[in-house]
Amino acid sequence: MTVILNEGDSAGTSGAASGSPVDAAPEPDKAMTRGRLVLIRFVRNRLALVGLSVIVVLYLMAFVGPLLSPWSYDQQDYTAFLQPPYADHVFGTDKIGTDMFALVMRGLQKSLIIGLLVALISTLVAAVVGATAGYFLGAADRALMWIVDLLLVLPSFLIIAILSPLFRGESWWLLVFMLAAFQWMITARIVRGMTLTLKEREFVKAAKFMGQPARTIIAKHIVPNMASLLIIDATINVGSAVLAETGLSYFGFGVQQPDVSLGTLIGTAAESATTFPWLFLFPAGFLVVFVLAVNWVGDGLRDALDPTSTRVRKREKKDTEEKAA
Amino acid sequence: MSETLVSVQDMKVHFPIKRGVFFDKTVGYVYAVDGVDLEIKRGETYGLVGESGCGKSTLGRAMLRLNEPTAGKMVFDGHDFSTLKGEELRKMRRRIQMVFQDPLSSLDPRQSVESILVEGLRAHDLDEGKESTSKRLRELLSAVGLPTTALRKYPHEFSGGQRQRIGIARALALNPDLIVADEPVSALDVSVQAQVVNLLEELQEQFGLTYLVIAHDLAVVKHISDRVGVMYLGGLVEEATSEDLYAEPLHPYTRALLSAIPVPDPVVEDRRERILLAGDLPSPANPPNGCRFHTRCPWRQQTRCDTERPALRELKPGHKVACHWAEQIQSGEIQPHEVKPILIEEDDGISPDVPLVGPASVTEALNP
Repeated sequence: MTVILNEGDSAGTSGAASGSPVDAAPEPDKAMTRGRLVLIRFVRNRLALVGLSVIVVLYLMAFVGPLLSPWSYDQQDYTAFLQPPYADHVFGTDKIGTDMFALVMRGLQKSLIIGLLVALISTLVAAVVGATAGYFLGAADRALMWIVDLLLVLPSFLIIAILSPLFRGESWWLLVFMLAAFQWMITARIVRGMTLTLKEREFVKAAKFMGQPARTIIAKHIVPNMASLLIIDATINVGSAVLAETGLSYFGFGVQQPDVSLGTLIGTAAESATTFPWLFLFPAGFLVVFVLAVNWVGDGLRDALDPTSTRVRKREKKDTEEKAA
Repeated sequence: MSETLVSVQDMKVHFPIKRGVFFDKTVGYVYAVDGVDLEIKRGETYGLVGESGCGKSTLGRAMLRLNEPTAGKMVFDGHDFSTLKGEELRKMRRRIQMVFQDPLSSLDPRQSVESILVEGLRAHDLDEGKESTSKRLRELLSAVGLPTTALRKYPHEFSGGQRQRIGIARALALNPDLIVADEPVSALDVSVQAQVVNLLEELQEQFGLTYLVIAHDLAVVKHISDRVGVMYLGGLVEEATSEDLYAEPLHPYTRALLSAIPVPDPVVEDRRERILLAGDLPSPANPPNGCRFHTRCPWRQQTRCDTERPALRELKPGHKVACHWAEQIQSGEIQPHEVKPILIEEDDGISPDVPLVGPASVTEALNP
């Protein structure tokens, strides 16, 4: 609660106080809005910028790359089986002569879409459920939190694995919903807790007093005030959703053949990882790079939106110590 | 149209104290407000004073149904406000608005001033087209003395006084009849307090508003109120017009309260008699029997005080007091005596207060 208060309060002055050259001279005609301040703080974090550009490049590659490549993922080159990377096939080929670049891009596409959708859906569900439970309390709260607790106790990986025969042959959308269904619970609990404190703030009471219905209060006052949490959470969720999807696909429960994802690629290439390393290293490398980038962006967003978190404080402390020395 | 706008009848707010491992067992109640009657006339300013914890804010909130009252009702302009539900309640709330104590916490940091002000209009379908709304917004801002450029700004860009003005503009936006101001100036600087108080008075004249001002600052209340009610431990102990009350307090508690105001004259300040109350405010979870004030009252008598709870009675026209011995005290028949502070013990363990451990201050720790 105080965090938000401080943010708002210091928004106009903190830049000047920290003495950073970026903030010291904002354009006089442009008011220092919160969004601008967050942007400045984010841009200042180099690792987060690198992460963001990596993500953008990966998305571009995944969707534009296949158009530029002469090979498609369901097309075989019968002149090249299990070839290591060379000019014709930049990532090499697999044992039936499919171009690995086309395959990896196709897999990346699927994994990135699934990751993005799962993160969006699960964060949305978490925000709605958490805020509803925290705002109304009583029976609604008990019922929703009971569901949350129940879902938290169930081993999600096993459930999806058991259910996977049911959606064999169905579209990958089902997988998205299944993954989202098991990812929102912890965030929902945090959101509920924050709602409990926000609810007591006077502006919520004032809105109630102005005759705003509960859904407007939740949508306009409660959820926007924890936007920082939700944005960070959604970002981190992208990474974990991709990991979950790859994990499931690796064991053959996620994306089904003939469709490919990074998980199925890693799965099929696992046994030949040491003998034909390019089959394994390219999908695995993309996975690692993507998840790492997402986490960097998440960290950067957290530091930008919530400057009182420990990392920044530590860094500032170091700065002052250096100055003093 | 009757003269009385608001009438509160025997309002009670009791908060349960719950305890227990497996079940929430109610082990007692905090009697925050315990039987208050008051009437507010159309167009007047009613000031409610009392020390912290006496229930004045709870009373204000209960009237507005921010907490549900345990018993009693509030009649607003002929309608029983305390039984309204759902849509009717929402409609009626337009006519009663609130100004909050902390001007920053009462404004959503993510909303621009424009959207703060428009919000209420939208909720009550008073938003009729862009043109008239923007005209209304400009009217509101000029009424509270803010420039129109403020519309695009966010709450954190304003000073405390300006924020409170935004809060007042928000309350005004819906054209209310009654504005309940809960400590409207206590979070502000003294010089700014005067501005805001004067603004409230101007707006009252301009829009014919009725105010209920809840405050602990006696000077503010004296300045702004037509009538003043003094609360002690959940009950109203005295009610009179502002001049009457300050000139001639009848209840011992009011006397003690008023004697705490410093006089800006060193000679008078040195000589005047000050009534220092002994002891602490008794726990509202376990209020004393009889007169709530008898444990600390310098005029306490052997009879009646500790057995019979005095009712609010009209001693002079418009001047009500809840004391058995008000006449005798006023005539000087009863003289004050020393009061030994009574230790408030947590005998039955239902006090919500956490006992303080250790020295109260640094000085106490250094010079035991």
